[in-house]
Amino acid sequence: MARSDTASLECEQLDPGGLRLAFRGTLNAGSAERLWPEVMRKVAESRPSAVEIDAQGVESLDAAGMALLFELKAAQEDRHGDFRIRGLRDDLGELMKLFDPGPPSAPARGPGLLIRSVNGLGQAAHEFVTGFHSQVGFLGEIFVRLLGVLVRPSRLRWADTFLIAEKAGANAVGIVALMGFLIGLILAFQSAIGMRKFGAEIYVADLVVLVLFRELGPLITAFILTSRSGSAFAAELGTMKVNEEVDALVTMGVDPVQFLALPRLVAAICVMPLLTLFNMLFGLIGCGLVMRSFGFPVATYIDQIQEAASLGDLCGGLVKTFVFGALIAGIGCLRGLQTGKSPSAVGDSATRAVVSGIVAIVVTDGVFAVMYYYLGI
Amino acid sequence: MGSDALPIIQVSDVTVGYDHQIVLKDVTFEVRAGEVFCILGGSGCGKSTLLKHMIGLHRPMTGSILVDGTDIVSAEGEERRALLGRIGVAYQNGALFGSMTLIENICLVLEEFTSLPRQAMQTIARMKMKVVGLQDAGDRMPSELSGGMRKRAAIARALALDPKILFLDEPSAGLDPITAAQLDDLIVELSQTLKITFVIVTHELASIFAVADRVIMLDKERRTIIARGAPEELRDRSDDPWVRQFFHRQAALA
Repeated sequence: MARSDTASLECEQLDPGGLRLAFRGTLNAGSAERLWPEVMRKVAESRPSAVEIDAQGVESLDAAGMALLFELKAAQEDRHGDFRIRGLRDDLGELMKLFDPGPPSAPARGPGLLIRSVNGLGQAAHEFVTGFHSQVGFLGEIFVRLLGVLVRPSRLRWADTFLIAEKAGANAVGIVALMGFLIGLILAFQSAIGMRKFGAEIYVADLVVLVLFRELGPLITAFILTSRSGSAFAAELGTMKVNEEVDALVTMGVDPVQFLALPRLVAAICVMPLLTLFNMLFGLIGCGLVMRSFGFPVATYIDQIQEAASLGDLCGGLVKTFVFGALIAGIGCLRGLQTGKSPSAVGDSATRAVVSGIVAIVVTDGVFAVMYYYLGI
Repeated sequence: MGSDALPIIQVSDVTVGYDHQIVLKDVTFEVRAGEVFCILGGSGCGKSTLLKHMIGLHRPMTGSILVDGTDIVSAEGEERRALLGRIGVAYQNGALFGSMTLIENICLVLEEFTSLPRQAMQTIARMKMKVVGLQDAGDRMPSELSGGMRKRAAIARALALDPKILFLDEPSAGLDPITAAQLDDLIVELSQTLKITFVIVTHELASIFAVADRVIMLDKERRTIIARGAPEELRDRSDDPWVRQFFHRQAALA
């Protein structure tokens, strides 16, 4: 748009209640910026019954200039006043006709705040229930397929499964180990502050090993896997959905759950316990470092953890990880396959995969805690 | 279109490619002010690549591209911005921002280049929607549009700043013949009433004959322009077997 501002405006009150606006020069974006507020103020002040535009001196007109004239016209029509343009060059008049947008459509009046909030609440509740329903349904469906694979292992795409296991598992060892090490270190330090008052620093080892084996090891690893791989599963499948690759599978007679979700599920279930073991091991190393700095020999530390934790503690923790792995992959794939069509849909799916994954993990962990309590593990 | 019209785009000895692979070598041509200029060629011959170089998205390996008096290859800062304000581009799939309504899509460009009041931008956006025949779709999201409407909306957005030159990448690809013909009519109308210069990448014969004043044809094997002139001229008089095949094979289909 041209920016040179060479237009001028003259206003004249006409009897009775009319307003004459004479434009001269080049009516372009530059001059419209300046004239727009001035013209609108004049019209609003005098509330004319008729507006007459004298366009004899208008040399050229761009979109912004035309917008100014259309706006005046719309304002007059709103007020049921007259509007006329005089002396506009024919070619410019043709242009005006081509671009005339007509009256603006009235914005649709939405419902009030109360109705909207009740609506929103109902919708959220509905989404929660249907979301939970579809999650449970999908996990059940995928579990049935999993049993099918146990009967006929050749039905699983093993090459894909190993590739996914490498990406989700082997490539995550570094971060999982680092997190374990740091958590063990921090946990030992923090608990030592309290224990020292009673001269019971040696029991820091008991605390850390129990917490790591039973709760934090599986949980931290599950959180890492959710954010690393659960989101990736959702994004991969979501992109395939947007690109109609999932539809292509369906029309080729290939079951997308079998083809896409199952390898991911098997891979996640396989790598999750292994990653958790790494996490626990490095957590213990972190804790051992702190114990060493308190002056305990390594042998004493190892003795202490052997006495504090039983194989049952370790197994109890590891059993959970199978379930966590299934949840992470299942929810990630479900969210991916639920992806919509809009450009932000893939991002939304990845976000929802992480959020529902974490919630599901924590809730399941709670269920396990209650179960273990009654089983006496 | 008179042959004495001034060139508005001059492409001189341009070599384009990716990495070390040359797609087009020593291409020279000019686009005259006010004409509808089409770049033709088979798939993968570098039509869209050439267009991307002409709008300054990529730098050519050698050569210069003058667009409306400015070298788009070397222009930077304010000069480049001013040039971008004088050209409009409609991408193949529309490239409309999915999170905004069509009106907001157009207003975004206006906000960047003008400081008009909000109301003025809205009115301008509605005017542009009217020109492309989408006056009732302003509040819709791009995902709610059909393919033809999306292309029109992309043209409306490209028109936002009253450009002198409009670049269209395969405007009628993937459209049914009727919608494609309507789009061709729109291009002709805009070219005649607004005196906009069009540079269109296409391989749809029907469109070429409906809109083009002059065309150039690129070839994948020879990596250069193999024919240039009015489309009728190429169809009737070209000796090049590839050009003949392009026009007659498609004509036989149509």
